[in-house]
Amino acid sequence: MKPHRRKKLGIILFIAAGLSVAAGVTLFALSQNINMFFTPTQVADGEVQLGTHFRIGGMVKEGSVVRSGDSLEVKFVTTDFVSDVPIQYEGILPDLFREGQGIVAEGQVDVAGVFQASRVLAKHDENYMSPEVKAAMDAAGASAENQRNYGGESNGT
Amino acid sequence: MVPELGSFSLILALLLCVILGTLPIIGASTNNVLWMSLARPLSAGVFVFVGLALAILAYAFVTDDFSVQFVAQHSNSLLPMRYKFTAVWGGHEGSFLLWTFMLTGWMVAVSIYSNSMPLDFSSRVLGILGMLCFSYLLFMLATSNPFDRVVPLPPADGADLNSALQDFGFIVHPPTLYMGYVGFSVVFAFAVAALLSGRLDSAWARWCRPWANISWAILTIGIALGSWWAYYELGWGGWWAWDPVENPPLITWLFGTALIHSLAVTEKRGVFKSWTIMLAILAFSGSLLGTFITRSGLLTSVHAFASDPSRGFFILGILAVAIGGSLILFAIRAPMLKSDFSFDLVSREIFLLVNNVILVVSAASVFLGTLFPMVYQAVTDDLISIGPPYFNLIFVPLMILLVIFVGIGPISRWKKTSVSFLIKQLTKVALASIAIGVALPLVILMEFSLPATIAMALAAWIVLGMVKDIANKTANKPDLITGLRSLSYSYYGMQAAHFGIALMVTGVALTSYFSTEKSVLLDAGQSIDVGSYVFTLEGSSQVRGPNYVGDEVAMSVTKADVPIATLLPQRRIYIATGTPSTEMAIDAGFLRDLFVTLGEQKESGAWSMTIYVKPFIRWIWLGAIFMAFGGSLAAADKRYRKLKKRAEDKALINAAEALQPVS
Repeated sequence: MKPHRRKKLGIILFIAAGLSVAAGVTLFALSQNINMFFTPTQVADGEVQLGTHFRIGGMVKEGSVVRSGDSLEVKFVTTDFVSDVPIQYEGILPDLFREGQGIVAEGQVDVAGVFQASRVLAKHDENYMSPEVKAAMDAAGASAENQRNYGGESNGT
Repeated sequence: MVPELGSFSLILALLLCVILGTLPIIGASTNNVLWMSLARPLSAGVFVFVGLALAILAYAFVTDDFSVQFVAQHSNSLLPMRYKFTAVWGGHEGSFLLWTFMLTGWMVAVSIYSNSMPLDFSSRVLGILGMLCFSYLLFMLATSNPFDRVVPLPPADGADLNSALQDFGFIVHPPTLYMGYVGFSVVFAFAVAALLSGRLDSAWARWCRPWANISWAILTIGIALGSWWAYYELGWGGWWAWDPVENPPLITWLFGTALIHSLAVTEKRGVFKSWTIMLAILAFSGSLLGTFITRSGLLTSVHAFASDPSRGFFILGILAVAIGGSLILFAIRAPMLKSDFSFDLVSREIFLLVNNVILVVSAASVFLGTLFPMVYQAVTDDLISIGPPYFNLIFVPLMILLVIFVGIGPISRWKKTSVSFLIKQLTKVALASIAIGVALPLVILMEFSLPATIAMALAAWIVLGMVKDIANKTANKPDLITGLRSLSYSYYGMQAAHFGIALMVTGVALTSYFSTEKSVLLDAGQSIDVGSYVFTLEGSSQVRGPNYVGDEVAMSVTKADVPIATLLPQRRIYIATGTPSTEMAIDAGFLRDLFVTLGEQKESGAWSMTIYVKPFIRWIWLGAIFMAFGGSLAAADKRYRKLKKRAEDKALINAAEALQPVS
C-alpha cells in the first residue's frame, strides 16, 4: 500500500471507530432516558409498573384542585373522561394551569396510587393543545362535544 | 385594498424568482453573459417586493386592520405600538414572511459583495438562492398567506399577541435567529454552485468563509438571545432546556462550527474539500429541519405553531428536494474533488479533523434525541419523550473532549507537528490549568466540587494555551506591540471565539453546580435565607399596564445586613385574552443573579414564590458575545478585502478558468 493510502485508511478507520463508539454510547443513553407517556385510563388499568418514571396527560378535573393553605402543595385529579388519576405536586404551577385545561405531568405513581409529580406542564396558550394531551383525549374516546368544550385546535401561535 | 397589494407583491416576487432560479443558472452553463447578468437586478427586485409585502403587513398591524386574519389573531387595539409592529413575526404566517425576507436580504448582500467572484459563479449562487426563495414564496402563497382576510365580517378587535411574547426578547430574538439560520442558505448555495461548476479550490473557500463566519456569528447571537429570553421570561431559572425547537438551531450551530473550521483547512491547505461541502449541506439541512419541526406541529414545545398537515407535507417536500437534490449532486460530483493527503498524522489538519468529528457526533446525538420520539411514535404509536438527562449525558463528555482539543489545535502546526514539540509547549500549561482548576472554585465559592474543578481547569487550559500561543507568535518580534500588530484579524478572531468558549464553560459549570433555589410561602415582613442572601417580603400592590392588570410584590435583598437590591416580581392578567403571566424580577450581576418568580397569593395573604441565586450565569451569554465577535472579526480579515482588488485584475482570467472544472 502506498504511504498516503495507508494514512488515508488510518484516518478513515479512526473516524469509523470513533463514530461507532459514539453511536453505541448514544443509543445506550437513549434507552436509559426514555420517558413513556400514559393516559389516565392506562394508569388506572395498571399498565404502568410501580416505580417507573413517566408522563401522564389529561384534563384537570373541574372542582378537583385543592391547594394547601400553608405550603406549596397542590392536589388535583387528571382525567380523560374515562378514568381519573389523583396527582400531588409541590411547587409553583405554570401560568396556564386551570381546571378544565389540559396538562402533562412528569413523575411516578406511589403505593397509594397517587401520581407524585416532579414537573407539571400546562398547555402553552389559549388555542394550543399539546399533541400529547390531544392524543390522550383521542385514546380515551372522548366525545367530539367534550373536545370542543375543552378547546380543540385552532390557529394561533 | 392595501393587504391585497401585499399578496400581489408576493406573487410578483414569486414570478421574479422563477426567472432568477432558471436563466442565470442556465446562462452560467451555456456561457450566456446576458442571462447571467440578470441575477443581480432580479435579486434586488425580489428583495424589494418581499420587503414591500413585509412593510404592508406591518402597516396592517400598526393601523389595526383586523379584517386581515393574521392581524386579528395576533394583535389587539390595546397592544403597545412596539409590539404591534413586531407582532408581524408573532405567528406562523408573518414569521415565515420575515424568514423569506431575511433570505432576500442575504441575496442582495451576496449580489453587492460578489464582485470578487467570476460572473458565472455569482450567478449560480444567486440562482440557487432564487430557487429556495421560490419554494418559500410558493409555500407561503399556497398554505399560509399572511394577507388572508376574515370573511365575511371582520372582528371588532383582535385576539391579542400571546402574552409570553410581549417582551423585548421577542423583538430581537426571532429576527436575529432567522438571519443566522438563513445565512447558512448562502453557504449552501456556494456549496451547490461549487458542485455545479466543479470549481472548488482555495479561492472558493476564501469567497465562502466570510459568509460562513458571519452567519455563524449571527446564529450564535440568535441562540444566546433565545437562551437569555427563556431565562428571564419563562420563570424556571434555566437557560437551556433541550426543547425540541431549541435543538435544531443548536444542530445547525454545531454543523456550522465544524464548517468554519473545515473551511479554514480547505482555504489554507486545499484539503477536506468534499467534507466541507458535506458540512455546508448538513448545516443548511439543520436550518430547514428547524422550520419543519416548528411549523408542522409534530412536537410538543413552547415554540410550536398551530399544526396543519398540509404545511408539514409542503415543508417536507422542500426539504426532500433541497437536501435530496444536493446530496445526489454531491454523490455525482464529489469524486472529482480530490485532495492530496499531504499532512502528517500529528498536524493541525488532524486536530481540526478531530474537532469536526466531535462536533458532527454531538450534532448527530442531539438530532437523534430530538427526532427519536417522533420516529418512535410513527412506528409504535406510543408517545415518549427524551429528557435533558440524555442530552447532558452525551453532550457534556463530548464538549470536554472538544475543549481539550481547542487548547491543542491553535498551537499545533500545519502539515506536521512533532509530539515532543506539543509536550514541550503544553506541559506547563496543563499543570497550571489543573492548579487553577483546583484553587479557583475554592477561593471564589469556598466549596470543592469535582465538576467545577474540571470545568475551571478546562477554561484555564484554553486561556493559558492561548497566552502561550500568542507569546510564541510574538517571540521573534522586536517588542510585544509590534508582535501583536503583526497578527492577523482572523487570528484574533479565532482567539476571541475560543476565549468565549472558556467564559461559557465557566458560566455553565458554576451555575449548574452552585445555584441555590427555594420555593417558599412568605407573609409580608417575613424573611428567608437563600445562599448568603436574605430575602424579605416588604409588601404587595396593584399594578396596571396598557393592556394588563396585576399584582406586584416588593422583595428587599440584603447580604450581611447590607442592602443589595429591591426586586419587584409581578403576576399579570392580560385583558384581551384573560391569560395570566408571571414577570420575573432579576438583579443581574457580573458574578451572580438574584431571581424571584412569583406564584399565587394564598387566602391567608401569603405569597408563594421561587427564589434563585445563580452564580456566573451571565458568563454563558458573555461567552456567546465573544464567540460572535470573534467570528465577525475573522470575516473582516484583510485578505478577503484584498481579494476584491486582485480579482478585478484577474476577472478575465478567472472567467476563462472557471469554464473548466478544477479539481
